[in-house]
Amino acid sequence: MAAGTYLLLMVALPVATLAREGLSKGLGELGRAILHPVARAAVLLTLETALVMAAVNAVMGTLIAYVLVRYRFPGRKLLDVLIDLPFAIPTLVTGMMIVTLLGPHAALGQLFEAAGLRVVYAPPAIILALLFVTLPLVVRTVQPVLMELDGADEEAAYTLGASEWTTFRRVTLPAIMPAIVSGALQSFARALGEFGSVVVVAGNIPRRTLTAAVHVFGEVESGDVHAASAMSLVLVTIAFCVVLVVSARQRGAHG
Amino acid sequence: MAERAGGGRRHVRALLIGAAVLYVGALVLLPVASLLRGALGGGIRPFAEVLARPDVLSALVMTAKLTAFAVVVNGTLGTALAFVLVRDRFVGKRVMNALVDVPFALSPVAVGVVLLSLFGKGGLLRPITDALGVEIVFAWPAMAMATAFVTLPFVVREVGPVLEEMGTDQELAAYTLGASPFVTFFRVTLPGIRWGLAYGATLTMARAIGEFGAVLLVSGGVAGQTETATVFVYRALEDRDDRGAYVVATVLALASIGLLLLLDVVRRKRGARGQAEG
Repeated sequence: MAAGTYLLLMVALPVATLAREGLSKGLGELGRAILHPVARAAVLLTLETALVMAAVNAVMGTLIAYVLVRYRFPGRKLLDVLIDLPFAIPTLVTGMMIVTLLGPHAALGQLFEAAGLRVVYAPPAIILALLFVTLPLVVRTVQPVLMELDGADEEAAYTLGASEWTTFRRVTLPAIMPAIVSGALQSFARALGEFGSVVVVAGNIPRRTLTAAVHVFGEVESGDVHAASAMSLVLVTIAFCVVLVVSARQRGAHG
Repeated sequence: MAERAGGGRRHVRALLIGAAVLYVGALVLLPVASLLRGALGGGIRPFAEVLARPDVLSALVMTAKLTAFAVVVNGTLGTALAFVLVRDRFVGKRVMNALVDVPFALSPVAVGVVLLSLFGKGGLLRPITDALGVEIVFAWPAMAMATAFVTLPFVVREVGPVLEEMGTDQELAAYTLGASPFVTFFRVTLPGIRWGLAYGATLTMARAIGEFGAVLLVSGGVAGQTETATVFVYRALEDRDDRGAYVVATVLALASIGLLLLLDVVRRKRGARGQAEG
């Protein structure tokens, strides 16, 4: 009973509050807040950066999981532990790290700048921050599935003369595909609301480098809780849809 | 398996390992190293001087308090929630189960906005808190709520599977032997779930220490009073107090690395126990 009340208070109430505050001035006002050019650009940038991140994450996360499960090499244990580091490090600190490494005062940053590539205070830094923050998600979803595949099918493919790439593509990949998609979707959902790291690296220029979550913060700062709620509602709705898809897929996978 | 591999597969192996190590090294290790170099480059003394500043100290203490609050509240109520979700059968259980993960899906800034629209000026619950004369937003209660909220799922999700696996045989045996529910819980159930609980609590700690977005919105950011360590870092960056920002960020990073190592130890303990029994 106490547990149920705690959950209702802690979770259902917030979502209801967001909806109520967002709709408090009517649907028209909600629409205006969401469709404001700055807000629209912010949502678009958020979706774009999250999409690029999810794609890179799906490929690299799978590669890392494959390497961790199938190979034994010195430093493997360390690599395995490092994967969780982004989860432990405060996101704001992540943002600072990226600025210290690639910012306008850093050697590496100046190198990129000289090559004509602006990283920090531009979309690439947002993608980089998102990649850092979501690194564990694909790896940790794919890893257990790969571990459960006993390798007999792969071994059979090798015996029949298939190359490692063919074996991976025809035997391993189909088996781990659901896990890869789940992990990528989770990282996408996580990226939509990411704030701490992005606020530091993005530069937050409206219509150019301002993401949705940072836009919410800006609206609160300027005293417009209604616009902030409206935008939060958009973020929450998208994130919920993604999470629902993930859990529906998982239920399907378990029969 | 890999040992019997032909030459082609050995090349692939080296290539893939190289790619994975390079990617993680560049994405994770390089930024961490660059932060540590920036903070500790001037030696230990200036580092210690910044740590002794009253505003820095108070921010670190605030973070420690909020983290302790989250661990205690979610350690107890999270365990209770896991119990209800695993052991009880009732209408709406699936909805409740889904609700537990909501904090993971909600952006931290959205959590802050919720607290503001509940307890801020003209907020839904403002009449009640005003009548009681308590200050919620721009004070520690809202910060504590925000921290407890974002860390809610960890203990539930770590203790739940352990409870499921444990079953009720041992508890029933204890009851049959005449133990009270209280004694059964502390002598049978709690020892069974302790590593799951420890793992969940450590995750809670890591997440609570790093919480920023939600807390920033409701903290009001009064230096030396309602600032957490992360909010301090943010303000220090804004105020061009790079030294302060670096030092506190480094302390946070070191704390999270420490917690990560702790997690690894707990995971191994849990794994060893699972193998011994199963």
